[in-house]
Amino acid sequence: MTAPNPEFEADCIRRILAGEGELFHALISPCERAIYFMLMSLLRNEAEAEDAAQETAIKVYLNLKNFRGDSQFRTWVLSIARNEGLGRLRKAGTRREDSLDAETDEQTGDYTPAILTSWREVPSEALERQELGAMLRKAIEGLPEIYRNVVLLRDIEEMDVRETATALGITEGAVKVRLHRARALLQRELAPKLEGFAPRKKGLFGWFK
Amino acid sequence: MRIDCKHVWGHISAYIDGEVDAAMRAEIDKHLETCEICSAVLDSTRNVVVLVADGRVFELPAGFSARFHARLDTELKLANS
Repeated sequence: MTAPNPEFEADCIRRILAGEGELFHALISPCERAIYFMLMSLLRNEAEAEDAAQETAIKVYLNLKNFRGDSQFRTWVLSIARNEGLGRLRKAGTRREDSLDAETDEQTGDYTPAILTSWREVPSEALERQELGAMLRKAIEGLPEIYRNVVLLRDIEEMDVRETATALGITEGAVKVRLHRARALLQRELAPKLEGFAPRKKGLFGWFK
Repeated sequence: MRIDCKHVWGHISAYIDGEVDAAMRAEIDKHLETCEICSAVLDSTRNVVVLVADGRVFELPAGFSARFHARLDTELKLANS
């Protein structure tokens, strides 16, 4: 994730609105990744998420004069991306009712984690093995949507609780509860499978793989 | 009062984010000193969070950025013409 730079954004927006349209590329570039993965999380289809990401950027451009600066620019952009994705789901008739999401949120108790008695750290270098990345992606894609979005914005795009809450239109409390459950679900799913990716002995990681 | 394992599990995410208050953190730390299960659950959860956050896990499709900006370019020209 590229760290947001409010001064740069405010200056860009002023100049774009004054006629320097070309500057929009630089303004939107740091948000590209977050826009795409927000839409991918909703639409679960690469080609459609890519098209929706482009449409989102166009809507951002056309509505730029309405950005008030009371939230971060990226947060505002992600709300537009989310609306774009939800609009497409509604059109396709695949959107579940929001009440169903709320119900899922209410009915779940605390998750019991995968019980372990020791843990050998899996280092980030293990991601050089394709199957590890695939396993992590599959686990995240398998989360219910309300948890997947929160993991994506908080843990993957490293947005803070407030920004995540604004982008998803939920309370900060809901962000924390959902993130907690999402992490518990990921731990339960992944911990037993990750064992094989831990180095057998300290210092020999590069040797055994 | 000693807190139990379930209680610790309920606070793991907040603990990782440094969002539990000092008193609760002290209770959890004390529990972790003697509970190998909770230590392993905490370490594995933290490990999963770190791995998931790695930029290599989720990558944009090849050529995404070029197509994104090319489409924007076309639309910007249309909007300004």
